[in-house]
Amino acid sequence: MELYITELSKYFITLFIACYTLECFLVFRFQDEEQRKGGYIRQNIWMFLVHFSCFLVICFETGQIEYLLFYVLQQILLFSTIMLFRMIYPKGNLLIVNNMCMLLSVGFVILTRLSYERAIKQFFIVTASIIIGMAIPFFIRNIKFLKSLTWVYAGVGIAALGIVLILGSVTYGSKISYSVAGVTFQPSEFVKIVFVFFVASAFCESWDFLRVAVTAVLAGAHVLILVASKDLGSALIFFVVYVFMVFIATGRWIYLFLGVAGGCGAAVVAYRLFSHVQVRVQAWRDPFSCIDDAGFQITQSLFGISSGGWFGLGLFRGNPTSIPLVEADFVFSAVAEELGILFSMCMILICISSFIMCMNISLKLQDRFYRLIAFGLGVTYIFQVFLTVGGGTKFIPMTGVTLPFISYGGSSVLTTLIMFFIIEGLYIIRRDEGDKRAKTRKGQNKRQRETREGGRPRRREYEEEA
Amino acid sequence: MKKKRNRQILAVTWLFVGLFFAMMGYTCHYAVTHRQTLMNNSYNTRQEILIAQNSRGSIYAAGGQKLAETVTDGEGKETRVYPYANMFSHAVGYASNGKFGIEAFANYYLINSNTRLSDKVANDVAGKKYPGDSVITTLDVDLQKIAYDSLGMYSGAVIVSEPSTGRILAMVSKPDFDPNEIDQIWDTLINDKESSVLLNRTTQGLYPPGSTFKIVTALEYIRENPDSYSQFSFQCNGRFTHGEERINCYHGTSHGSENFTKAFAKSCNSAFASIGLELDRKKFGKTLDELLFNQELKVDFAYNQSKLAMDENTTDSDVMQAAIGQGTTQITPLELNMITAAIANDGELMKPYLLDRVETADRSVVKQFSPDSYKRLMSEEEAQIMTELMEEVVKSGTGTKLSGLSYTAAGKTGSAEYNKVKSDSHAWFTGFAPVEEPQVCVTIIIEGAGSGGDYAVPIAKRILDACFEE
Repeated sequence: MELYITELSKYFITLFIACYTLECFLVFRFQDEEQRKGGYIRQNIWMFLVHFSCFLVICFETGQIEYLLFYVLQQILLFSTIMLFRMIYPKGNLLIVNNMCMLLSVGFVILTRLSYERAIKQFFIVTASIIIGMAIPFFIRNIKFLKSLTWVYAGVGIAALGIVLILGSVTYGSKISYSVAGVTFQPSEFVKIVFVFFVASAFCESWDFLRVAVTAVLAGAHVLILVASKDLGSALIFFVVYVFMVFIATGRWIYLFLGVAGGCGAAVVAYRLFSHVQVRVQAWRDPFSCIDDAGFQITQSLFGISSGGWFGLGLFRGNPTSIPLVEADFVFSAVAEELGILFSMCMILICISSFIMCMNISLKLQDRFYRLIAFGLGVTYIFQVFLTVGGGTKFIPMTGVTLPFISYGGSSVLTTLIMFFIIEGLYIIRRDEGDKRAKTRKGQNKRQRETREGGRPRRREYEEEA
Repeated sequence: MKKKRNRQILAVTWLFVGLFFAMMGYTCHYAVTHRQTLMNNSYNTRQEILIAQNSRGSIYAAGGQKLAETVTDGEGKETRVYPYANMFSHAVGYASNGKFGIEAFANYYLINSNTRLSDKVANDVAGKKYPGDSVITTLDVDLQKIAYDSLGMYSGAVIVSEPSTGRILAMVSKPDFDPNEIDQIWDTLINDKESSVLLNRTTQGLYPPGSTFKIVTALEYIRENPDSYSQFSFQCNGRFTHGEERINCYHGTSHGSENFTKAFAKSCNSAFASIGLELDRKKFGKTLDELLFNQELKVDFAYNQSKLAMDENTTDSDVMQAAIGQGTTQITPLELNMITAAIANDGELMKPYLLDRVETADRSVVKQFSPDSYKRLMSEEEAQIMTELMEEVVKSGTGTKLSGLSYTAAGKTGSAEYNKVKSDSHAWFTGFAPVEEPQVCVTIIIEGAGSGGDYAVPIAKRILDACFEE
């Protein structure tokens, strides 16, 4: 009986998450959040089914009933998050919240399987983070001086990163965290958000060459401190986010090309200068030639990903704990091994749909500052997903960053939650903008409502604006 | 302005979406295509999970006879049993002390279990492991037995294949060992450097090809002189001298006046040494590479690369030695068998393979392997000419022990000298039958036995008799 449940559940779990993922993209059919409501409800059902069947399997495999209690707590948390959000922010975007909860529940499942103790710790961190995060859209909407704090953001960012470099404890060859009262912080995570605010506010009034030069120096300071801390993954994220934000802020392709060329040059220099960069590149090109040391992690990760097949080995049926740092940097491999490649691909697609929604919000925002923030946060998020998944699958060299919402790590999950709630705040601002315009242009009211929402930019609308 | 900016945001969006699709495609492709090799990697601890969960599957001959199985006693202790003991030692291999042979390259199938879910449940209830999948090989027990017995006490190798498909029907290497005892005899075997018992001589043994290499020399000569090779003539007085280098015919025999066919049939070293000097060395080198010398082979089992490099810088004396298969040339019986099989199959080489299919314990097919073209080694016309030359070897040359039978055969003998001091030679034969519609391709080497015609051809005859003389 148990075997039937665990074997068949593999296919059902994959089916459920596939349905969820499908809904993620189907909602873009509609322009209006009201019309998408049905899709969102169905998503909640699929989400519940995935979460429930995973924990059912966990209970059967381990024979321990305490997991059921843990499951109930998680379910309460996720359910109340969605319900509360709907009540507090009726103008909020439910796709972002749904995706957030879906990914969090996958994170809970895989962490429970890998390390129950850590899963519980993660649960409390997530609970606290959501409570904090719930207030964020309100602040984003109502605090008006955020765009005037340019130099404060830069100062805070550089100071926080600098302190880590000087004081921080050494973890895995990179100085990236420090502890206050027993809690370990990884400031580079939070500084990502501050950094996006810095760049967005710097470019919200003017975007001439001088602006670019000054911000480039300050952004370079962030990146260099991170390189000095040997946190290459974060350094790369900051760099890429900066280049793309400058491109969008100035609207000039030349900056994108310069950035890419500069990045390539810097990569070559880093390769020549640092032995740890060479080791990672070597481990990427041919991990099997150095399987004993540098290539060990990546090969173990590849073993995990490939052993699962399309539908996975089933929870507790594989051996993901053989991958070093599996809960943090290689959680994707654990998901692929036990829940299957199809499941993990759906997970990536969910991340992509969040990114697309984020870009969509950026497209529609009228206010420069907010539009740049939405864009910057979206790129930060998706590029981080790219680095961690690509690194674990040998698509690109490994950089050692976490998978947002899924990986174990308080700083990571708190930061990503804040990012998502900021995006919610921006979405609400966008709807406010829409409402305002609707009021001022009563004559065109009807047509406006049709075109205001949705996944595709309606050219007509912008032509009218211009 | 706004329009432009929106287009740029869209461009960035598509850039990332494209990047992700490339990554997803790569990941799926890599994971699926590398699943077996990764699972077989000794650093992959997931093997242990499968081994703990499934009992190792059985290996069968094409006729259904069990070549290896795992027996579990009352206390759950597993023993790997090889009913034919030494007979299949190298082909089937062993599953402990590292793995070898079919046990090694079919390991992935053997440790997995695709048996029905209800079976798994029944085994769970009974507290037993799931039965692993079995592999059905292409090996034929009868042919293997004849080949094995025929080699007798000699060291050497026999490989029998089907030219039209690439199926390997028999694979014998001697000296052999009893895989049932592998754990007990392991230390002795690996310390014994002299006889290299563990080496599978059919695929890993590197030998001087001797006169069998004249197949390659002849092919190159025909290629370079498509219109005039039949006008070739040579006066053999038992030796051929060029500069410092002197080439003797086998046992100093004078073959007298010869044309191309006779020189090949009689295996005249003098004639072929002179042919060798006429060849364009660069083109010859290219032909060698096309015939899979100095190349990695696309086969599942462990093998060594056959070696003979030739280019415009090769010296005269090296060319003369190479043309008659002596000197630095090294060839595996497998390589020679592949060239012969290509001649038999109108120039097209089929990929040699040992696994026919994978089945679950309750005999439903998991995976069926089918014949696959390896590559074309020569044109149909060239294959036809080579077949005629090899037929003449049997009719009137060094392989006459195969003539006058109820079936027709074609082949080439070889007596490869491997010891400069003594005139010891390895006896070679490679050939196929029937000539009209080749079904079996045999390659034999007997170490230190003497001439190919006297020692290797009779073994070929016994094997071919078993196939065609009913």
